[in-house]
This record gives sequence, C-alpha cells and structure tokens, in this order.
Amino acid sequence: MGNTDAISDLKKTPLHDLHVELGARLVPFAGYEMPVQYPTGIMVEHQFTRESAGLFDVSHMGQAILHGPDHETTARALEALVPSNMVELGRGKQRYTVLLNDEGGIVDDLMVTRPLDEALDGKLFLVVNAARKDVDYPLLEKGLPDTIRLEILEDRALIAVQGPKAVEAVAAHAPAAANLGFMSGEPMEFDGIECHISRAGYTGEDGVEMSVPAGAAEAICRALLADERVKPIGLGARDSLRLEAGLCLYGHDLDETTSPVEGAITFCMQKRRREEGGFPGAERIQSELANGAARVRVGLKLDGRAPAREGAEIHSEDGSTIGVLTSGGFAPTVGAPIAMGYVDPQHAAVGTTVNLIVRNKALKAEVVEMPFVPNRYYRKPKA
Amino acid sequence: MTVYYSKDHEWISVEGDVATVGITSYAQEQLGDVVYVELPDAGKTVAQGDEAAVVESVKAASEVYAPLDGEIVEANEALADAPAQVNEDPEGAAWFVKIKLSNTDQLSELMDEAAYKAFVETL
Repeated sequence: MGNTDAISDLKKTPLHDLHVELGARLVPFAGYEMPVQYPTGIMVEHQFTRESAGLFDVSHMGQAILHGPDHETTARALEALVPSNMVELGRGKQRYTVLLNDEGGIVDDLMVTRPLDEALDGKLFLVVNAARKDVDYPLLEKGLPDTIRLEILEDRALIAVQGPKAVEAVAAHAPAAANLGFMSGEPMEFDGIECHISRAGYTGEDGVEMSVPAGAAEAICRALLADERVKPIGLGARDSLRLEAGLCLYGHDLDETTSPVEGAITFCMQKRRREEGGFPGAERIQSELANGAARVRVGLKLDGRAPAREGAEIHSEDGSTIGVLTSGGFAPTVGAPIAMGYVDPQHAAVGTTVNLIVRNKALKAEVVEMPFVPNRYYRKPKA
Repeated sequence: MTVYYSKDHEWISVEGDVATVGITSYAQEQLGDVVYVELPDAGKTVAQGDEAAVVESVKAASEVYAPLDGEIVEANEALADAPAQVNEDPEGAAWFVKIKLSNTDQLSELMDEAAYKAFVETL
C-alpha cells in the first residue's frame, strides 16, 4: 500500500514542511510530493469544505504570464491557440479556456486572468495543470508570435480557499477579497503581503485562489489555519469535491482526443469564436457544434452503494457498450456513488438508464444533470 | 481462540476449524474512509491468495485475499449498510468472512501479533 517509490526525486511545494507538520499523507502527484489527505481523512475534509472553508495547496500548478505590447495583441495571439474570447475579457476578469491541438483535441484546460491595472494591459496571467506544464509551455512558446513573451513564474505558490466561509476568512486578512465578483481577480495585500487573489475555484463552492510569493506561502497558510473556520484539505477531497461539482480533471475527463463539444465545456467558447473559428481544430469543433459530436460527457448516479471508477465500461440496457467512465467514486455530499463518462449521444439524455460494468457485474446507473451538488458561486449583486 | 495476521494486513481469528477474517487497523488507516465492501457468497470455496472481498475507499478499490484455503460459511452482511464500521472497529464488529478451513497447516505461515507489529514497523 506504500507509494513511496523514488519519493526523493519529487519536487516539493513551498508548503511541504507545513504539510508534514500537519500530519499529511504525502503521495507522488504530477512530479510533486503532495498531501492526499490529513489525519481526519477525505470524508471529513470534503464535508468541512462544503460547510466551512478548506485550504488547498495547489502550488504544483503552473503559473505564467504572457507579456505583449497591448491587450489586443496579446489576446489575439492567445486566441489563435484557444477557442475563447480573450479580446473582450475585461480588466480584472478571469476566464476558463482550453489549449487545442490541430485536431481540436484538448491539450490542457487553464485559467486566464487579465490584470485589473490599465498600466498592465498586454499581460495575461495563466494557471495551467501541473502535469501539463511540460507540454503547455513549449506549445505556447511555439504558437505565440515573437511579440509575445512567456514568463514562467517559479517563485510563486498557489493557495485555494474554498467553501461558504472561505471569503470571510480570507477577507479578515485581505479585506478587498470580499468585494471580488465570481471569476474576477486583483492584486491586494494579505497582512501586508502582496498577493493576487481571484474569486474562483474547483469545488463548486464560493472561494478564492491566491497567487502568493513562495516565501510568504507558509505564513499566509498559518494565518488562515489559525482561524477555526479553515482546515487543510488534501488532493483526495479536492477530487471528490470537483467530481460533485461536475468539473473535469485533465488526463481523466479531458485528453488530447476530446474536443470541447464532447467534453460539454462549450461554455468556454463565446459567440464570436464559435462563429468565426480561427482556433486549432476549428473545422471539427464547428462541425460538432452544428451537427453534434460522436460522444459526449455525461454525469451518472449509481443506484446502489458500490462505486464505479475510471475505465469502467458503460453499457446500454440491452447490453451493448456505449461508452466508458472517466471519473467515478463515492460522493460524500450526495451520499452515493457518482461518475462521469463519455457515451454515444443517443444515450446521453437525462433519465437514461445504463449499466456500469465493475468486476464483471452490471451496476445500474442513471444519466443525471451536472453539477451533482448545486454550485454556490458568488454572484455580485447588480449595482 | 488464537489470532493470526497475514502480510496482506488481515487478521484471522481461529476457533476450531473456523477462521473469522477481517482487515487490520493498519490496513483501514491506509485505505482511508471505507464506502463499500463487496463480500463473497456463503458456500464459495476459496484458495489461499484468491480474491475474497473488495474494499472500496473514497479513493480506490482494494482486494482482500483469502489468507487460507477453505469454504466461506458466512459473510458479514452488516457491512453492506455500514461500511464505515471497517474504519471504526476493524478488528471487531467489522469482520468480513468466516472460513471453514480445509488445511489448518497453513496457519503456521501466518504471524502472531508481535510478529505482525514488527512487520508493520518495517513498512
């Protein structure tokens, strides 16, 4: 059961010592030694995040800045690689998007933020998946014109604080955080430390992600953990939380063969981009938008208690194979096993009954709406 | 009654020729929160090393192997509705199966409590 192979070759985040002190079980993940859980365990951590606030070390993720002469130039250059509207992204606004290959497959999913400060126009802040840094950065270097420079930030940590009490806990140290709208970010001080805080996350809850100087990460976490509303949460609960929120995990629910239409993430494609194209694989993606895709991602809720996991075949009621699971497990908040997978579109309607094949047994499941747990993102009241 | 332990982190409590089998406290701690246990039907014949049950935690599925040859005479049906018992009382109420042993000589391959404790410390 040990998972300590070559653990000494693994990279450590600036919060490593704190994880050890907090009693984390550390596992290899995307080349880093990361906490999968703390002593209370995944179930308690999951519920605590939904009820109060969880603190996650996501410093393994890649942080980078695109530098260009002006916003339009940088945004247009990035638009050549992603299907989202970057040109009209407002100052201080954040957007979820995907890097595409020439076949319209997803190379990675990422967050892009345009700086709030007008003087920083021409820069875009990117956060990419840890396991995809080695693919994304060369792709960006190659795909962007010479006028745009990619700066990889190696001296920053990334901390997520998620849950209904997350923002009030963070605002006790960084008051400006309370005024952020969902998918907005800006620079602000946290107890006098310069940070970039955005109101977003990966749990379906309200919360923030904080890009902080590596050297200050531990002090910031200690300040937050001194608040009884906040507890440290490992990657195990991060996975069960995002699954309940219906969010994709790259390398599992999305890969280089999946298109945004198949992945049911076309919300990342704004109207102008859908119509104009001009991104890698546009021909395929626009055709899928018009005519449907060969497969589509759906949410599944199982009837019994036995979970079904990634790789399990999805069968129709008449026994034919119609797809495969890409994520699955027990959902603590739902109180039942749930899963996501890709099926033939004719079996994708909500309410369709299917069988998931686990250890040669058929487990009954139903196609359901996602998210599995209603999201509670903060919506700023209109002035 | 004598209690033995396997290298697969099972405890085996033997009375006469019937062994009650469960997973150790160390094993449940490694697994984390148990959400489902799949048990064999009574009457099934198992050989040492066969997959006898599956424990699903939030994270993953793990097989439990039969520590000895024999016939399953009873499975702990209570675990179906209360899988968390495996975390709460692994070496008591959360036993998995009772096996009627066909070869009690195999018991000599197992560890006693002191040897198991020493084994766990090497991990």
